[in-house]
Amino acid sequence: MQFMSRQKKLLPNSHTELYGQCLQFYGQPPLENIALSEFETFAVERLKLLKTVENLGVSYVKLSEQYTKKLDQESKNLNFPYRSGPSEIEKRRKDHISHFILRLAYCQTEDLRRWFIQQEVDLFRYRFSYLSSKQKLEFLHKNNLQYDAISVEEKKALQDKLVNSSYAVSGITVEDQDFYKVPFQDALDLVRTRKVYLKAGYVYIPHQDIVTIILNDFRTRLSKALALTARSLPAVHSDERLQPLLNHLSHAYVGQDYSIQKNVGKISLEQIDSLSGKSFPLCMRQLHQALRENHHLRHGGRMQYGLFLKGIGLSLEQALQFWRSEFIRGKVDADKFDKAYAYSIRHMFGKEGKRTDYTPYSCMKVILSNPPSQGDHHGCPFRHSDPELLKQKLQFYKVSPSGISQILELVKGMHYQLACQKYFELTHNVSDITFSLNHPNQYFVESQKVLGGGKDIKREMDTPQRSQENSDNLTLDLIRGTGELELCEYKCIFPKAKGNIG
Amino acid sequence: MPSSDYDPASLPDLLPLYYRRLFPFSQYYRWLNYGGVQKNYFQNREFSFTLKDDIYVRYQSFTTQNELEKEMQKMNPYKIDIGAIYSHRPNQHNTVKSGTFQALEKELVFDIDMTDYDDVRSCCSAADICCKCWTLMTIAIRILDRALREDFGFQHLLWVYSGRRGVHCWVCDEAARKLSVAARSAVAEYLSLIKGGEETVKKVVLTDPIHPFIRESLAVVERYFPRYALQEQDILGRKESVDKVLSLVPEDILFTVYLWLQSLFLQATAKKGQYFEKEIMLQYCYPRLDVNVSKGVNHLLKSPFSVHPKTGRISVPINLKELDVFDPFAVPTISLICEELDRKKENNTESSGRSLAQKGKMVKTYYYKRTTLAKYVKYFDQFLDAMARSWKGELLRKSDLQKEF
Repeated sequence: MQFMSRQKKLLPNSHTELYGQCLQFYGQPPLENIALSEFETFAVERLKLLKTVENLGVSYVKLSEQYTKKLDQESKNLNFPYRSGPSEIEKRRKDHISHFILRLAYCQTEDLRRWFIQQEVDLFRYRFSYLSSKQKLEFLHKNNLQYDAISVEEKKALQDKLVNSSYAVSGITVEDQDFYKVPFQDALDLVRTRKVYLKAGYVYIPHQDIVTIILNDFRTRLSKALALTARSLPAVHSDERLQPLLNHLSHAYVGQDYSIQKNVGKISLEQIDSLSGKSFPLCMRQLHQALRENHHLRHGGRMQYGLFLKGIGLSLEQALQFWRSEFIRGKVDADKFDKAYAYSIRHMFGKEGKRTDYTPYSCMKVILSNPPSQGDHHGCPFRHSDPELLKQKLQFYKVSPSGISQILELVKGMHYQLACQKYFELTHNVSDITFSLNHPNQYFVESQKVLGGGKDIKREMDTPQRSQENSDNLTLDLIRGTGELELCEYKCIFPKAKGNIG
Repeated sequence: MPSSDYDPASLPDLLPLYYRRLFPFSQYYRWLNYGGVQKNYFQNREFSFTLKDDIYVRYQSFTTQNELEKEMQKMNPYKIDIGAIYSHRPNQHNTVKSGTFQALEKELVFDIDMTDYDDVRSCCSAADICCKCWTLMTIAIRILDRALREDFGFQHLLWVYSGRRGVHCWVCDEAARKLSVAARSAVAEYLSLIKGGEETVKKVVLTDPIHPFIRESLAVVERYFPRYALQEQDILGRKESVDKVLSLVPEDILFTVYLWLQSLFLQATAKKGQYFEKEIMLQYCYPRLDVNVSKGVNHLLKSPFSVHPKTGRISVPINLKELDVFDPFAVPTISLICEELDRKKENNTESSGRSLAQKGKMVKTYYYKRTTLAKYVKYFDQFLDAMARSWKGELLRKSDLQKEF
């Protein structure tokens, strides 16, 4: 943790003080000089670490044994801190600097910010779990998160409720530990999952769970900091040495976001029905079928499916025709469609409102946000369908019984994207596909490749493939020129930390 | 009943009368101004109007109550929606530098729609409602109102009948208005127990320990369940609905289902931790929220006292003290109250107003008092009075701070 009493110029030999603790809030930006090559390596390696954090988060329960073991390994390999120790100073310096470099790359759009914050919060959570109880409390104090502990009498009175609010809280916990009264706005993750006792706007948290408060705080601060950084970014972009690296970094995490339509107009509306059976991932096939059957889709479904269709190459005019002709078969007349629904389709294509050209949803987004409710058909079938219904559906789509059990096993283990990959293999009669599935449009592209598609489509396939490779082996010759970077030049970009933040 | 005489085609004639004589503008302004505690709160509020022929206009804003009145009387909107309080006047948003026009605050809102219960009600579907399924709304209101007050500590809740098939809740506390998107979504998820779309059969799964919130909600459901589900909806009355209930019971459980003195009992060789009879009751009765409505700070929601163009009913506030006897079909329609107004005019005794006017005073005649709308406006007044006490405190506090200088 950094000590606020020391500010201004920090010389390299004060690193021992600067990096006295293994965990920090990144309140103060780094101010030293750094070789450009180090700048690049640091950034790339942190990005690899964050990508690992992301993948592990999808495949394993966070903080489970496998999760922490693998993350330990990766931190070690990439030379990042993962446990307290005297030899860790260099690693902590790298951690500190690389975090701020990635802030520059990931502050620019809402999507990038969200991704960066999510991974940084998860990384923080993992590292925090290694701190001792005393160190955890220190964190609270250093951040002015001074919450009141409730009296013993109050604890006794609320005992039953406290025990029943959380799986981790027993009668003994109530007796032994202090419980803190925290405004619910500071503990949203606990409120959202109903893992805590809530009364009159306050949650009652045992000492052992205080990490959630800190995480919330970390998330909020990082979010604000990124927004501020974004506004000052032009100063960085004017530095030619940095611009190519930062651009490349921010595209690396997703590889392809299918926002630039490469095949506009190459798909005709008549092809959609057959394509949905052959090349659509299960989520989109399901949406298409629901649309054909009910002549309607609710908002969540229209967004997920509509953007997917945009990604495979439907033009705005085609999209309007497609949705209109289907909706008219249902309860919507042409007039109503033009008034109510056409607007939102144009909005999807960036032709209305603030003209954001929305990007098709990635698997991560489909799995993690906006779960379907009554009347919805969107979401990820491997994540959101009852296993029984999923089984029936796969049977209906003629997947072999052994294949179905393999898929269901993967679903049970929460490996939804792997389950979808298995579905791809089974329906295309291939084994061991080389790509790692993370986007419905990627599924479509790969499927068309396998099925031999048209010549044009095939050519377009090569470009995405290349950038995918690039993102995995980020080359180290992106930064032009050599020499040093004076990081203190850029400190104006990073917001000044307020108060006692480490 | 006169209200059933409503004809949508008559709206163009009725709306002008409604907005000139009946719409409670001063109460409406009193509400949205929130005591003037924050500067420009009313001025920066977005309204949207749906006009004749489905013309939709957004980013309407007004500087005074008078301006609002005049505009509404001019445009005669078919529907009115209320949006957020923005950083600048919504009607000037095009002049603001891109990116700086932002939604800052808004009431925390909930929308319960009867269509979301179609898989568990047999009496009606889609936009229809009847007195049998209306109980679902009663249950929803009881559960959510309790949770928002006791668990979250909110005090100023306005429940409103949407005019056709559901209810809305406006949480008007200052803390609620300032909630972030993440906070709103967390509140909505805390309140959500029904998970799953078309592809999910079993939508409620309970595990140990049962959170106090779930216990409290169950207590409400259990109160209404025998009469609602077993009698009115008769879920054990026909084979197909019995089958539906049974589909929610795990296969590996032996059970007996029987009715004993109007209660549902599912006795089973249950392992500890199996709560399927509670899960069934919740799936049939627990409120279904649209999280997306509550999440967005800039989300537009139908305004109280707006007319529902299809049914003609006024979106009136619901007095929770009379919740169990609330009848959506007794809610006045615009044609009814206009008719009542005309009738009273004939037996007119405006002399009281005139005599005061003779004394040179301007007297405002509150015409709505002559109609069935009166009791709803009165209840709205009480709601505003309760809030006003908190505004007073705020204004005092602010002036104290200033005195310190």
